[in-house]
Amino acid sequence: MPFIPHTEQEVKEMLAVIGATSVDQLFDEIPASLRVKDLPPVPPQLTEMELSRLMRARAAKDVSALNFMGAGAYEHHIPAAVWDITSRGEFMTAYTPYQAEASQGTLQLLYEYQTMIASLMSLDVSNASMYDGGSSLAEAILMAARTHRKNKTHRILMPATVHPLYRDVVKTIVSQQDIEIVEVPFDLNTGKITIDALEKISKENITALVIPQPNFFGMLEDVDTLTDWAHAHQALVIGLVNPLAMALLKPPGQWGKNGADIACGEGQPLGVPLASGGPYYGFLCCKQEYVRQLPGRIVGRTVDQQGKQGFVLTLQAREQHIRRAKATSNICTNQGLLVTASTIHMSLLGPKGLRKVALACHQNGCALKEKLNTVQGVRCVFPGYFFHEILVEFKKPVETILTELAQHHIQAGFSVKKYYPELGNALLICVTETKTPNDLDQFVSQLERACLN
Amino acid sequence: MTNSVPKTLKYSKTHEWIRQDEDVVTIGITDHAQCMLGDLVYVELPHIETSLELGQECAVVESVKAAADIYCPVPGEIVEINESLFDSPQLVNEDPYGKGWLFRLRPFESTFRELLSADEYTKQVASEAH
Amino acid sequence: MSELIFELSQKDRCARAQIPFIANEKTDLPSELLRKDIPLLPETSELQVVRHFTRLSRRNFSIDTQFYPLGSCTMKYNPRGVHRVAMLDGFLNRHPLALETQSQGYLECAYELQEILKAVTGMKGVSLTPMAGAQGEFAGVAMIRAYHRARNDIARTEILVPDAAHGTNPATAAQCGFKVREIPTDAEGNVDIDALRAAVGPQTAGIMLTNPSTLGVFEQKIQEIAKIIHEAGALLYYDGANLNAILGKVRPGDMGFDVMHINLHKTFATPHGGGGPGGGPVAVSERLVPFLPMPIVTKTAEGYRWLTQDDCPQTIGRLSTFMGNAGIILRAYAYARLLGKEGMHRVAEYATLNANYLLARLKKAGFTLAYPTRRASHEFIITLKNEAKELQITALDVAKRLLDYDFHAPTMYFPLLVPECLLIEPTETESKHILDAFADVLIRILHEAKTHPELLKNAPHNLPVRRLDEVKAARELDLVYRPQTQCTIENISS
Repeated sequence: MPFIPHTEQEVKEMLAVIGATSVDQLFDEIPASLRVKDLPPVPPQLTEMELSRLMRARAAKDVSALNFMGAGAYEHHIPAAVWDITSRGEFMTAYTPYQAEASQGTLQLLYEYQTMIASLMSLDVSNASMYDGGSSLAEAILMAARTHRKNKTHRILMPATVHPLYRDVVKTIVSQQDIEIVEVPFDLNTGKITIDALEKISKENITALVIPQPNFFGMLEDVDTLTDWAHAHQALVIGLVNPLAMALLKPPGQWGKNGADIACGEGQPLGVPLASGGPYYGFLCCKQEYVRQLPGRIVGRTVDQQGKQGFVLTLQAREQHIRRAKATSNICTNQGLLVTASTIHMSLLGPKGLRKVALACHQNGCALKEKLNTVQGVRCVFPGYFFHEILVEFKKPVETILTELAQHHIQAGFSVKKYYPELGNALLICVTETKTPNDLDQFVSQLERACLN
Repeated sequence: MTNSVPKTLKYSKTHEWIRQDEDVVTIGITDHAQCMLGDLVYVELPHIETSLELGQECAVVESVKAAADIYCPVPGEIVEINESLFDSPQLVNEDPYGKGWLFRLRPFESTFRELLSADEYTKQVASEAH
Repeated sequence: MSELIFELSQKDRCARAQIPFIANEKTDLPSELLRKDIPLLPETSELQVVRHFTRLSRRNFSIDTQFYPLGSCTMKYNPRGVHRVAMLDGFLNRHPLALETQSQGYLECAYELQEILKAVTGMKGVSLTPMAGAQGEFAGVAMIRAYHRARNDIARTEILVPDAAHGTNPATAAQCGFKVREIPTDAEGNVDIDALRAAVGPQTAGIMLTNPSTLGVFEQKIQEIAKIIHEAGALLYYDGANLNAILGKVRPGDMGFDVMHINLHKTFATPHGGGGPGGGPVAVSERLVPFLPMPIVTKTAEGYRWLTQDDCPQTIGRLSTFMGNAGIILRAYAYARLLGKEGMHRVAEYATLNANYLLARLKKAGFTLAYPTRRASHEFIITLKNEAKELQITALDVAKRLLDYDFHAPTMYFPLLVPECLLIEPTETESKHILDAFADVLIRILHEAKTHPELLKNAPHNLPVRRLDEVKAARELDLVYRPQTQCTIENISS
């Protein structure tokens, strides 16, 4: 049997020590009526060779050549060293670092990660990760509700320019408690939210305003004005950001007069492959004064008996294994391995390298927009400043465009029809540093062809 | 190790001690409680002017391995909190009946229900040990 | 030497091969949208980075390097072949929102895993989206809530949880807006049936149990418990943390459970990764199928496709931005195919054999078992309360001393019910050789406790650090590195 090392002889010896006559006898406490006889739907076992063959055939069906899809998951160059080191058994098959002395590798790495991501957000502290961007937003909202003691009930202002799938996740998680999500409509001309729209909403019991940057359409929101508005109304500010973009754009901790209070989002752009949707990781950072309300694991630096520097999980009394029903969250397992990859990735690129990657994405975005503006039957919907994603309206149905380009092994973008019917026949197109001018030309000419047919 | 249980104080079943000085009552946690918790790392105290009912959760004492809720043993209004505990939570371990006091309140009633004498509390702790 | 990577930094140093070439750094973006300062990321060469993190990895214990008898964690071998197939190009570079026509390979794997999980759990519906056990629990409790609400039964405000339960259970119940009521455990390690009967009523939404329980023993009266709960109109939730004990032998669906989660990073051998990622798919009985979280894969005549909110209007909704930890789902699927039907049956057998063997060896050596009259399931508990009284050494001391002998310690101080306990789970992938070595070391440590107790009290001695001051870490929070010299704000455009 795979992965079971026992020989028949050893089984005999072990049973003798136990004092049982068969392995079956070890299950004698289980009522016979519950014992399973067979598992018909489970297929017969494969060798690794057979498994490889099967999976290669399946993976071959999913290969694509050029990818222009973003919408929350982004294709970037990941240096080979990142996953080479992350895949080391010492990182990959390690457990949660509860025995700190035996886990100094993981713990020091997490401390370095916390430092890097907090600084990237220009905030004071970070935790050691959440499951993904959507759930980190949900946890940020729960955190704001816990922190904002004055309000008896909580209303969270959620721009409609926040990723629709994130809003779905938030709804699922937050609706189990007494928290109301209030949608803030966006301006159909600019693709951004405005102070006017905020002013129209009742100010009672507003606990927090979520500000995406860039927003789902790739547009850059007026983060300073929005932050100051929220603070003037005693609401906390939750910045929902693309971490790569923060190497180039003003980060949440520097928004407005006092900075955002909490920053969260999807860490995938930093060293995590698309991988069919996961695993990714969510980051969550905040100002020092809120640190005790941060959910999830947190690593702290300390010393050992001999005064030598070391790292431990700290503030554990907030977590489920101690606080149980009163914990800040029920989270136990997080996304440690992805954080490992991200930390190595951020280390390889460094602050200036990361900024160059962001710039390359932005420049490619501007170049693509220029080219798209020359194509018949295509309209870039929103004017104004954007980061690496463009909403494009087509005269032809987007389903046709997508299918035609798929036949040329190009993933043209993400159709927003289902989530924003008011925007009509529109596609969200993303371009990162991975695309050459040749790639852009090829893409645009295929789009042209598809529009003409 | 025998934990001290001063005779001059009253106690609750949930390991708080109570000292009355005229119209103000001081509350803390017992030597036994601080011993069970281990070195305290953080104390969360109620806001001044908060009104508390009997048994209401009003504070949290946190060690590395546990976080315990404090249940208000005497209904009343908070008039003072021990702010020195924010920087030095270990005062609760070092001097639980003196410098480690948690908060003071003005009681709503003149008689206190359900409080234990030092002997009764000692007996309760002994029975819990089994 | 445990320098932080920031301490290796030198201004303007970088890994040149990794940085894209751009013609110029001009941008049309206005200055008020741009970042002016430089974030604190390392400025190091590629070799410095590779060396730093490789050296860090060598300060870790891992399944690949040490025996990890962590009770309730199922630290079995993480097969390499499984990792490799999950990283095949078609899967690794597939965008989550790719057209279904471009995703048939992944969808087929996900669909088949759904079917395999249904088979081994005895349930009627599966969703792979929850990203860890705790999220699976959340989904399960949320489904219970949705079920009662759909029947207009809004008086059900309580979830019952045994006092031995894992902390995620009450934390989850509270996150879903329920009150938690604890049920005591009897001296044999079973749920106290009389206490249960007294606690159940029209206010009960459900009970969260695991079987075998966190005490490592099989809940023999499970069918009676199921009857009591169902008769009161409530539902049973199964915490799948201990599924390794019964995989292929007993199915939670047959025991009467209505909903459960599976820990893929335990039972299905996906790697723990130093704290995650995990996978917490949920499986349900017929009556909860409409509430499953989205999306789910379905099979049609034309191929595989996603079921969404439109197809399942009563769903509790989406838990993951995309479709859960896809890479973990692929690994679990690949593992299930390597085991096959025959392998599935054997997992629990060998896990139980190993646990009972280790129990027998330790019992013979004089260790105190928490439940001496019971068979071990895939794990068992020894209590060091006698040693604590007589020798003044704690379970913590023993655990730290085990590290010196190059064994990871078992789970300590959980479940909370048993004082000074060690919860030991060897898993089925360990050989008799290592089990004997582990037993021998424990015996030796017990001897040390009598002759040289300071060896335990000051352990570990042989690791990169000695015992760490956790009190200092919590009192003097040092959560991010701050460079000694003040960082000057550089103007980036200069």
